Amino acid sequence: MRAHSIFKNFYRDSVALMQLSAKVGGLEGVELASALMGTPANQEMMVAAGLLDAPMAEVAPNDLVFVVKGTEEATQLAVAEFERLLTAAETKGAAKEEKPFGSLAEALKARPEATFALISVPGEYAGAEAMKALHRGLNVMLFSDNVPEWQEIALKKYAFEHGLLVMGPDCGTAIIAGVPLAFANVVGRGNIGVVGASGTGTQEVTTIVDQLGGGVSHAIGTGGHDLSVSVGGLTMRSGIAALAEDVETKVIVLVSKPPAKEVAEAVLAQASSVGKPVVVCFLGAAPGSITGKNLTQANTLEEAAHKAIALANGQAPSFTSVTASTPRVQQRATDLKKVLAPGQKYVRGLYSGGTFCYEALLSLQTILPEVFGNTPTGKAQKLANIHKSQGHTVIDLGDDDFTRGKPHPMIDPSQRNERLLHEAADPETAVVLLDVVIGYGANADPAGELAGAVREARAIAQKGGRELVFIGFVCGTDKDVQGLASQRKKLEEAGVHLCSSNAEAIALTGAVLVG
Amino acid sequence: MKSILSSDLSVINLGLVRFAEPLQDMGTPVAACQWQPPAEGNPEIGWKLAELVNHPKVEEANKIAFERYLASTPVLEGIATAADVIPAMQGKKLILHSGPPIAWADMCGPQKGAVCGAAVLEGWAATTEEAATLVEKGEIAIDSCNHHNAVGPMAGITSPSMPVWVVRDTVNGNTTFSNMNEGLGKVLRFGANSDEVLHRLRWMRDVLAPVLKATLAHMEPLELKPLIAQAMHMGDECHNRNVAATSLLFRKLVPVALRHGVASPKELDEAFAFIAGNDHFFLNLSMAACKAMLNAAAGVPGSSMVTVMARNGIKFGIQLSAFPGRWFQADAPYVEGLFFPGYSQADAARDLGDSAITETCGIGGFAMAAAPAIVQFVGGTSDDALNNTISMKQITLGINGNFTLPMLNFTGTPAGIDARLVADTGIRPVINTGIAHKDAGVGQIGAGVTWAPMPCFTAAIEALYEEVCK
Repeated sequence: MRAHSIFKNFYRDSVALMQLSAKVGGLEGVELASALMGTPANQEMMVAAGLLDAPMAEVAPNDLVFVVKGTEEATQLAVAEFERLLTAAETKGAAKEEKPFGSLAEALKARPEATFALISVPGEYAGAEAMKALHRGLNVMLFSDNVPEWQEIALKKYAFEHGLLVMGPDCGTAIIAGVPLAFANVVGRGNIGVVGASGTGTQEVTTIVDQLGGGVSHAIGTGGHDLSVSVGGLTMRSGIAALAEDVETKVIVLVSKPPAKEVAEAVLAQASSVGKPVVVCFLGAAPGSITGKNLTQANTLEEAAHKAIALANGQAPSFTSVTASTPRVQQRATDLKKVLAPGQKYVRGLYSGGTFCYEALLSLQTILPEVFGNTPTGKAQKLANIHKSQGHTVIDLGDDDFTRGKPHPMIDPSQRNERLLHEAADPETAVVLLDVVIGYGANADPAGELAGAVREARAIAQKGGRELVFIGFVCGTDKDVQGLASQRKKLEEAGVHLCSSNAEAIALTGAVLVG
Repeated sequence: MKSILSSDLSVINLGLVRFAEPLQDMGTPVAACQWQPPAEGNPEIGWKLAELVNHPKVEEANKIAFERYLASTPVLEGIATAADVIPAMQGKKLILHSGPPIAWADMCGPQKGAVCGAAVLEGWAATTEEAATLVEKGEIAIDSCNHHNAVGPMAGITSPSMPVWVVRDTVNGNTTFSNMNEGLGKVLRFGANSDEVLHRLRWMRDVLAPVLKATLAHMEPLELKPLIAQAMHMGDECHNRNVAATSLLFRKLVPVALRHGVASPKELDEAFAFIAGNDHFFLNLSMAACKAMLNAAAGVPGSSMVTVMARNGIKFGIQLSAFPGRWFQADAPYVEGLFFPGYSQADAARDLGDSAITETCGIGGFAMAAAPAIVQFVGGTSDDALNNTISMKQITLGINGNFTLPMLNFTGTPAGIDARLVADTGIRPVINTGIAHKDAGVGQIGAGVTWAPMPCFTAAIEALYEEVCK
């Protein structure tokens, strides 16, 4: 059936009326609804649409006509609703909402003063975003991984030629002028500049510098592929040049796995010529293999931090990390191993930081007969099954092996905690070696999460009549939101034997297991 | 790089939201982006786009193109018979249509109907059926208006005997044309071709055009940018709302026509009643003016400025300044809007007509803030109208200070669409437009808003990359 209502001398423009018609037309049971000013032409249109049988003589052009077709109930409701809508004051929001930027282009239009882009979009798009940022004169930190190598080269060449910095791809850590970027710690400002190809390596060096009372000018990340032959260390070279020019920086620290020979030569030649002391920590390089004017080799991350501070203070860089045979380590180990039963023979290193794991694999293979891992290096061997430890096992739970489709263990500890309980149930497990990384990007309370798992693991072992030795360290500072001291306390209370660095934790582990 | 270590950081964070946290804690300015993959998520085109961003050659070319566009000064020269001013029509059976070129067999209903009507109007065929056969056989040629410096709304049909507006850019010297607006209802531009339609077209040719021509002959060439600007202060955006501009034009013409007695009282009465009864009369003139301004910008090698957006009811095509005459096409979208009683989306044709030349020129949808009434077609508020205009600033090279927007503190309209910015931001040019019935001759069934399809812009980016970066 049809219903209509007439509003005498009531003008609304046609667009507003069409809008109201559309709203009322959407009501259930309404077949068709239309509101128009009552001109003859409009009435003819309503007739043509089957809403009227004939034009209504009583309707004048200045009258508003509403006609509706549908079920009886619906037409009545529609007439009422139309009247309500027609007379309701339209007060819908006057404020122009502030929308977030949808692209770099938009953000830059609003913030032309921007100097830096931090990019963590999916790898297949990240290179293009970085290139756009560089083309607009921004420096870039590219957290994203899986950027094609040819794009990385194009980005770095462009940046190199235009005096811009591109950190990454695959760059997890940087500190620029005291500002931590991505996974980084709050460290004091000072005169030590770092260029690091490894994120956790840079975190370890900068946090130890801070703990020792030193400070960091800048920590430049290069990303994991920068020192390959094809990329040629372009970012590391730019980084060295930038820190060389930077007035705040007195000492430069380089952190990386040993690069390809020609890349290492180029980097070291440059480092040797910038006129500032440079501490070179190429983890795994043979001790004594890095020499040259102004160059000081460091064999551990800890050593790099100590030597940099000495050099910054004008002292000789004499520090060396402890080893398994250092008397004070031996003494501590003697106490620890008292609790071990004869069948408990092996270390199970469960790392969240890739470089820490790498450092442990390198060091432990020199004192233990056989070491296994998911990311073996040197003499270390690949685990038959990465989910099951065998003999001395040191694994990187932050590797793609474990993080594909799952959060990184620095963010979500559940995978490592689970693995910890498995190791506790293994009667051959003697030492569990653990790292805890705090700072931005990391879990809000990693030590608290781990302490719970450690207690549970201990209970499992005790059920089997065993005690476990937990050895660990915390990478971070008291200025980090999680707090170094409180994180250490939580681990200590759970019975973890704490060391001041990864190097020391590895040494202590070795000492417990050997001799 | 020295600067990044020694100057204060100001960061744009693209990706993980929590990476902004340390920056905020440290008091470092950081702008968050809700990043979306650009170029429709195609990484290969995305890289090409990145190579073009801030490319010196493109930047320089765009500067030139945009300046030429801004400097352009279109004036209404007069009225002419199409065949007298469009060389390709002289002595030829040629009918022009809107949008990119299209084969007869592929044409949409309204355009086919209009082609047939024009063929009968020209006397080339006795019936529309015969007309269809002649076009099919190739005895009557069809081509895109834009290939001949012409533009036409909806079907855009222009045939040799039709009167056209002649607009000349006095700075750059180019001349553009547009047919004349027939009003609403059963009209050729919506594909209607009945006797009533053809009768009106003959009257426009025989009465309306001579009256206007004679009137204009007594006037200085009429500057169109000030007239459009004035209309925009009166609630027009000069695409889908032309009531103010039509009135302003009317006010210019009538006193001159009367003073000089350019025609009989009956003819004057008919002609001016016709104009007064058609709110859209100015639209075609607005389009010719826009075409002139954009022709000025066309042909700058390396420029990514969009100089044409046009639709034929099947395809939406754009041209870049760098590639005059080369179309980048995608399927024409449907229009979101409101329908006249008795019609719905199911009856609608795809987006149709050359009238998106207005948006290309920085008016129409880009000037929606001038005409908030328009936005109601899509159920929006006047704030939405403002926001539509504001968002177009993200994809344009600059603003056109000739066309100011009272609601936005008299800033100019966003103008000079940069295809790179469209592909990069994912913000597509907004278009205010009428909705045609998909069948020939039914006419306009609604109006609303639509957006230019992205594949046109990504295709243009690929071509520009080949041109500039290879």
